[in-house]
Amino acid sequence: MITFDSVTKQFPDGTIAANDLTFEVPSGEMTVFVGPSGCGKSTTLRMTNRMIEPTSGQISVNDRDIKSVPAPELRLDIGYVIQQVGLFPHLTIADNIATVPSLIGWDKQRTRDRVEELIETVGLSQNVADRYPGQLSGGQQQRVGVARALAADPSVMLMDEPFGAVDPIVRSLLQDEFLRLQRELHKTILFVTHDIDEAIKMGDRIAIFSEGGVLEQYATPTQLLASPANDFVVDFLGPERNLKRLALIPTSQVEAQPGPCVSANDTPAHASEEARKSGTNWVFVLDDERRVKGWLPTEEIEGHQKVSDVPSRPFREFVASSDSLRVALDAMVESPNGAVVRVDEEGRYEGTITRETFPQGLE
Amino acid sequence: MTRLSLAQVLDWSWMSSNLDTIWEQFQEHVILTILPVTFGFLIAFPLALVAVRWPRLYSPLLGMTGVLFSIPTLALFVVMIPFTGLSRATAIIPLTLYTLLILIRNTVEGLASVPRDVSESAEAMGYRRTRRLFKIELPLAMPVIVAGLRIATVNTIAYVAITSLIGQGGLGQLMLDGFQRQFPTPLIVGLTLAVAFAVAADLGLLSIERALTPWKRARS
Repeated sequence: MITFDSVTKQFPDGTIAANDLTFEVPSGEMTVFVGPSGCGKSTTLRMTNRMIEPTSGQISVNDRDIKSVPAPELRLDIGYVIQQVGLFPHLTIADNIATVPSLIGWDKQRTRDRVEELIETVGLSQNVADRYPGQLSGGQQQRVGVARALAADPSVMLMDEPFGAVDPIVRSLLQDEFLRLQRELHKTILFVTHDIDEAIKMGDRIAIFSEGGVLEQYATPTQLLASPANDFVVDFLGPERNLKRLALIPTSQVEAQPGPCVSANDTPAHASEEARKSGTNWVFVLDDERRVKGWLPTEEIEGHQKVSDVPSRPFREFVASSDSLRVALDAMVESPNGAVVRVDEEGRYEGTITRETFPQGLE
Repeated sequence: MTRLSLAQVLDWSWMSSNLDTIWEQFQEHVILTILPVTFGFLIAFPLALVAVRWPRLYSPLLGMTGVLFSIPTLALFVVMIPFTGLSRATAIIPLTLYTLLILIRNTVEGLASVPRDVSESAEAMGYRRTRRLFKIELPLAMPVIVAGLRIATVNTIAYVAITSLIGQGGLGQLMLDGFQRQFPTPLIVGLTLAVAFAVAADLGLLSIERALTPWKRARS
């Protein structure tokens, strides 16, 4: 846990980078600092490991005032990842990762095992161990940066725009991998970015700062998007706030309607009844395994014996329960009948999601 | 007028009968180079660290060593005579002083060339100041520091010859002898050996630097 208690930082030239900040970062969670440049988010991050000393106020890490320990000692238990990576160019990747273990004085074997494990953890191959940072790509270097920060298993991590210097594709990959890692590691993390989308994607909580180090709102991404505290936050969240909200809600959160669906042997009358119950004029046609074969307007079935007498129209808009409502909405745009089908892992019909289903999720 | 070839100008019999002298003077030249550069580095290195720690001291330090550097060599040697006579010290002390400007400047600039994010992340990982200096910053500054040593060494090799005028000089003695007697052989021998020594010393330092910085050349 990290606590800020009335922390203020004013630089000698009068600039205020942190204005009476009081908040708490719960253990095992990732809190993202976000805001325009000059809002003091990096300064606030750097006060946590005493790279910058606050003008007033108190910061505690795991209930211990950070001023009660010498700065170098404090930093050994705080992982640090920055945008420029800051790897040591004259040391091999293995030695870079071993930085903190060697400062703490681990024995060789333990260090070597840990380095090997971490190279694996961050998704690199073991043959990078003896290379120098200059021989690696930007994305690989950033992975090494993360491995180095994790080396001695610190309880707290500080990350300053860690994925800011890599191209968008690699960034998104590194974000996903780091989120997966964090789900296992449960570190207490402070993460700085200027990108609100990254903040929403990465953060368990988001702290939005405005110029002059003012904390405008501190909330979970869902709370933030649902009820922004003021105009600054609304502006900063940008357009498509509802789409961003939908992106955070899995389709499992809404109750998909059970129909309208029929099987091949059903009669036109049954199909019409199904459609009427769901308020549609069409039905999905399911096979014996409850997989969607296609869809049909009820009027096309009328006059035939069975549903299977009419070739069904193709349908492809499926979502899984882990997909977000935003993915569902995107699929809806392509859907021939305005509906999306939620399927289980085996691809079997679970329910229908339509435009009318959405408000439940946004409540 | 017919052109004389080098072989005709050189008096080979003088060379064979003076091999001992030539070797002695060469050794003397080496000593008169190594000692001032070594002493110079031993003085410049701590001063440079002081200048990095307290940057306000850097300008006055550069100013002072700059003034020393600008004193004409011969004048400085002559000034020394009343204190140290015609001993080796009369040569070594000024030669040492001449190396300071280059060695201090290159050490400070070398440390300043260490990328900020690198020394900052060292600090943020928990390195204390001294360990950070020796483990991270100095290794990265080394190419620039060695570049300073190379310039200082080559400069010193040239200056040593001048100290022949105060009875030292190594190979400079040969050159002076040839000059005074209008007899080119010792002059050419001294000159050639001095140049060869300078080139060898330069390449030697360069290869030491390359051996110590494998990371600079490693490419995937």
